[in-house]
Amino acid sequence: MSGFKDVSHLFRFAGLFVIAFLVFLVVRVYVVPKSFGEYGHYRAAAIGEIAAHPIKFAGHQACESCHSDIADTKAKGAHAHVNCEACHGALATHANDPSSMTPVKPDTLVLCARCHTASAAKPKGFPQVNPADHMGGVPCQTCHNPHSPAIGSDTGKGAAAGGTK
Amino acid sequence: MNISRRQLLILLPAAAVAWKYVEAGTPEASPNYEMSEHWWGMLIDITKCIGCGNCVRACQKENDIPDGYFRTWVERYHRTDYHLENPEVISPDGGKEGFPSVPEGTQGDYFFVPKMCNHCSDSPCTQVCPVGATFISPDGVVLIDPKYCLGCAYCVQACPYGCRYIHPEKKVADKCTLCYHRITKGLTTACCEACPTGARQLADLKNPNDPIHAFLKTHTVQVLKPQMATGAKAFYNGLDGSVR
Repeated sequence: MSGFKDVSHLFRFAGLFVIAFLVFLVVRVYVVPKSFGEYGHYRAAAIGEIAAHPIKFAGHQACESCHSDIADTKAKGAHAHVNCEACHGALATHANDPSSMTPVKPDTLVLCARCHTASAAKPKGFPQVNPADHMGGVPCQTCHNPHSPAIGSDTGKGAAAGGTK
Repeated sequence: MNISRRQLLILLPAAAVAWKYVEAGTPEASPNYEMSEHWWGMLIDITKCIGCGNCVRACQKENDIPDGYFRTWVERYHRTDYHLENPEVISPDGGKEGFPSVPEGTQGDYFFVPKMCNHCSDSPCTQVCPVGATFISPDGVVLIDPKYCLGCAYCVQACPYGCRYIHPEKKVADKCTLCYHRITKGLTTACCEACPTGARQLADLKNPNDPIHAFLKTHTVQVLKPQMATGAKAFYNGLDGSVR
């Protein structure tokens, strides 16, 4: 056992390790976020932060609570299941405070063509037209009410003004 | 009230566990939402997709996605007799502004496939994260903690569906959150809200009244890359075997 006479430096070294470990434990308490590990190996508070992102699309329920007349027109037609903001765009600012902004009416020549321009790639049953042959630059709402597109239901002047009021 | 020492020793740890759950609660922003009551997924009906790009634009608007990056995008497949298994796929600008017209007289068939995060229940992306910045929330949504992400892009490589990217300004990984800020408030996702044909439908697999259950019973749905066993929750109806 004569080889283990001078061991004090080893204890000092081990002491350093112990102190470093204690410092690590203390620092860890401050550095690791409180919610880390609540549900798993992640910061649970991040879930709430992601959920706090502002909403831009109000959702059709919000639109229909005021524009019930349009909702009624729409419910009878082929566009019954097309949500308002599919055509009118994100309007949460308008839904939250109607006076803050007035939505711009979309240009039907661009809007309708996006979905209804004929293409062999589209499902066969989907109503498609070749815009140039179909109306030759006449805005769609001249003949069709965008909220209920079948001809005859509410077309002409009323449709041009945006449908049943 | 008299409590013996033995009873106190039993009660204390039980109270500690209970308090932990009280503290955990639910996210602040949505007081009535219980994460344990939901298990989110998405139903994508290829037979209904017209490739209008409404979903792509709505997603970019709702989530402030920079141009040229996509949390969801639409691909157009062209299958011909020569390459039934390796069809030609295009997605110009993610299908955001629609697709070029199909040349007349071309052989084969075309179809659109909307793509997005599959919110896998055994997701490869969350498993590779070295810092716990991406995770599956208790309601089954794969999310990213932007404050914890280092931007190492391991997850971008690990996703078999190519649904992640490094945000050009934030320099952290970014992906579809399944509009977590909307679904926790009772709204549907922005892409579902904007889809004119109902080709996309948000699905709550834990809600017995969700129409997804009736749909799954009567239709043959698939997920993308089933061989990877990712537990994908984006269910595709009418999916061709050639879709990757």
